[in-house]
Amino acid sequence: MRFYEYEAREIVKRAGIPVTDYGFTADAGEAGQIAERIGGSTVIKSQVLTGGRMKAGGVKFADTPGEAEAHAADILKLEINGHAARGVLVDPRAQVKQEYYAGVVWDGTAKKPLILFSDMGGIDIEQVAEEHPDHVGRAHVPTLLPVSDFHAKQAIAGAGVTGRQMQRLIPIVSRLAQLFQTDDMTLAEINPLAELEDGSFVALDAHMEMEKEAEGRQRELLRALGIADDEERDGHEPSTFESAVSAIDAADHRGVIQGKDTGFHGDLGLVIGAGGGSLTLTDAVQSVGGSPANYSEIGGNPSVAKACGLAKAVLQKDGVEKIAVMMSIVSNTRVDIVARGVIKACIELGKDPAETISVFRIPGAWEEEGFKILRRYGVEHFDRSVSMHEAAQRAVDKIQGTTAP
Amino acid sequence: MRTDALFIGIEIDDEAAKDTALAAKLEEVCPVDIYAQAADGTAQIVAVNVDECVLCRLCLDASPDGAVRVLKLYEDGAEL
Repeated sequence: MRFYEYEAREIVKRAGIPVTDYGFTADAGEAGQIAERIGGSTVIKSQVLTGGRMKAGGVKFADTPGEAEAHAADILKLEINGHAARGVLVDPRAQVKQEYYAGVVWDGTAKKPLILFSDMGGIDIEQVAEEHPDHVGRAHVPTLLPVSDFHAKQAIAGAGVTGRQMQRLIPIVSRLAQLFQTDDMTLAEINPLAELEDGSFVALDAHMEMEKEAEGRQRELLRALGIADDEERDGHEPSTFESAVSAIDAADHRGVIQGKDTGFHGDLGLVIGAGGGSLTLTDAVQSVGGSPANYSEIGGNPSVAKACGLAKAVLQKDGVEKIAVMMSIVSNTRVDIVARGVIKACIELGKDPAETISVFRIPGAWEEEGFKILRRYGVEHFDRSVSMHEAAQRAVDKIQGTTAP
Repeated sequence: MRTDALFIGIEIDDEAAKDTALAAKLEEVCPVDIYAQAADGTAQIVAVNVDECVLCRLCLDASPDGAVRVLKLYEDGAEL
């Protein structure tokens, strides 16, 4: 679950991290009043769950309350990447001496939260890590023991920051790591974390994302932020494909399917899943030079109709000529049922399964029965002796025409 | 009566289909609703569900020998 900036600032504030004297409103007149209260120059920022605000004119500077009101009126009318503004955040224009970055993310490999700190704030941490790796400090945080200032110190020192700055930064970074744990975040980021001319530090922008499954447990926090119990919060409006897959899933209780295509623009449709298999296989396709048209998850022993529905939705996406049907080894999802579903999808769309399904690699329950079906329709299929990466390579080779069909 | 879908074919002997007790039993045991009991009590095959057959044999176990046949069309009509 992603939070608006004004909510993320409130989360940071509740954790005891200093923030500016900002205000949030959906009314231009009130934006002027907030600017008057703040005094001096202000920044008016559109509150949308998407990036690119600055480029789109969603961030403007004002020297007077009247100017702040006028900018707020313009920004409230502005649509950014298809998102209407929830409101505007009115922020003092701080006198910044230096910008830092502080973030906590989940490190899936170490299975621990990871503090990231840099003395080069205000730009993407990925860019800093690539271009100035010596300016990024890292420290893992234990999941069983309480977060200690030591972990924050380790990350700060790793970026080469010492002395008075370090002493002032330690409680801020430590509190950020604590809120990451207590508020069930998957990402907690302050960027920029500004050192002001007077030597104090303040969070100028924050980005928070909460684990979706934790929403029930965090209901009190969400209510305190003014988020209704039934509010759906996605980073983007669902695409036609995503809505179609959700509807298919909701209509049939058997098994589960999910589909995402926001940010995917490739030509290879993916019908994938099983125990982390979706992520592994999407990465595998990309690592061998393929371009996925979507992400999906299929599992929990879906019906033929559900597997068919997902495959049809993928095949009906613009630019998709072939699909790769691949999973890790499955225990409860039946290979033969998925095979029936994807073949049926091809036939109902007037496509030849042998041509359309580039590879079928699902080893597991009822695989012998599944392979009989696949043989019948001439679909290339693999058992567990072929790895997921090898199967992905074969699918990509086929779609790129670098191997015999 | 016989209904063939893409992968699975179902055949109920015409005389057996008139057996209302068998029709009720088939409707009860099939986990994917391939069988239904018509208003007159006879057995019917729900065509849209035939390919959902999970090859569980419950219909075969619930009926007298030869009354119901489940055919795997992808295996040249091999009988379950």
